[in-house]
Amino acid sequence: MDKVKKSFWRDNWLVIVTGLLIGAAAVVLSALGNPKNMGFCIACFERDIAGALQFHTADKLRYFRPEIVGIVLGAMGMALIKKEWRAQGGSSPVTRFLLGMLVMIGALVFLGCPLRMVIRIGGGDLNAVIGLAGFIVGILIGVIPMKLGFSLNRAYKQNALEGLFFPALLTVLFVLSLTTALLKASTAGPGSLHPAWWISLVIALAVGALCQRSRLCMAGGIRDVVLFKDFHLILGFAAILVAVFVGNMITTLVSGNSLVSFFAGFGFEKQPIAHSDFLYNFLGMVVVGWGSVLLGGCPLRQLVLAGEGNSDSAITVFGFIAGAAVSHNFGLASSGDGIGSGPVLWVLLAGFAILLVISIFHTKRRA
Amino acid sequence: MLDVRGLNCPMPVLAVQREVKAKAPKGLEVLADHMTAVYNIQRFAASQGYTTRVEETEDGDYRILLSK
Repeated sequence: MDKVKKSFWRDNWLVIVTGLLIGAAAVVLSALGNPKNMGFCIACFERDIAGALQFHTADKLRYFRPEIVGIVLGAMGMALIKKEWRAQGGSSPVTRFLLGMLVMIGALVFLGCPLRMVIRIGGGDLNAVIGLAGFIVGILIGVIPMKLGFSLNRAYKQNALEGLFFPALLTVLFVLSLTTALLKASTAGPGSLHPAWWISLVIALAVGALCQRSRLCMAGGIRDVVLFKDFHLILGFAAILVAVFVGNMITTLVSGNSLVSFFAGFGFEKQPIAHSDFLYNFLGMVVVGWGSVLLGGCPLRQLVLAGEGNSDSAITVFGFIAGAAVSHNFGLASSGDGIGSGPVLWVLLAGFAILLVISIFHTKRRA
Repeated sequence: MLDVRGLNCPMPVLAVQREVKAKAPKGLEVLADHMTAVYNIQRFAASQGYTTRVEETEDGDYRILLSK
């Protein structure tokens, strides 16, 4: 029995510690300034970066989030130290860009990436449980083409410059955001809520480095359980939930409130930056789950891979940012008041059609 | 030899799973180009009763040798 325990810990400690760190980081970053239940959200942060670059028109969603820079550079640094950094790309880049856009559009209908979904659940937002159901359904759909031979084709070794452009561009833009007025920052709304830039950066550097080592992936966790009965990655998913849940209880107590008030806040209505439209919370996350499986990883994982020199993942992140711009420019993104004023249902249906076409046309049946 | 270089997750381990299911080989040689694939294949191989040995090639790729 002791041997089993030892081997469990030896095989899984890194992914569990990474999950605990991400959950703790989310709680700490919220306590220090990030919006509530949005301490660590890849989709929200990339949406704010799209806003800082004025790719969309939402004045309250502009801030060049240091967390995104930190994750990429943290992963890059760790990959270089471990000699795992390599420039690689060329695996259906345009398809990946489009998938990135769709994943972001779905995430902004729900209001959060898979990471924020777990953070919202840990904060008592039960709408995110509906999102989780959608995410699981999306992954189950995406797993079908995987089993039948789906692939976005091989990537190949590239010139080192190809792998360096993305982290370099991100770093230059970040420095410009700190030293000039070229990039915009909100003075009100979610974009104006954040800790000092260096706190966000340092925490995200640690998260990026640990994610590179542990390979933590929100979509991969559920996918691997279905495909291989492998529970390794989903332990990271569970660790994030536990850390956020416990962290929120601690911050409730530290702020002088009772745990009763924390649990009384559990529900569907009046949750931070969330809406209670069950259908759209569900459908948005089906798109995210399905798209993430086809991409080979969730939005967090794409950032880490981009830091490791994978230009396909860099293209995917550009797709996320473009998707955020499209979402806000065409009324597809939800808000605390409900779903957007644009043709949300039609775009989601078109998204499902595109996911289906990609799933079918990239699947080579094997005997 | 199974060449899974350039394939993103979970394709490398799926390719190994297909091979193992179809042929139940006593041994299998897999060529991968990133450590995520190596770890995933090692975990899957262990779950199927294989032992694994990993060697780095001259090109910086990884040769994973599965045996029973």
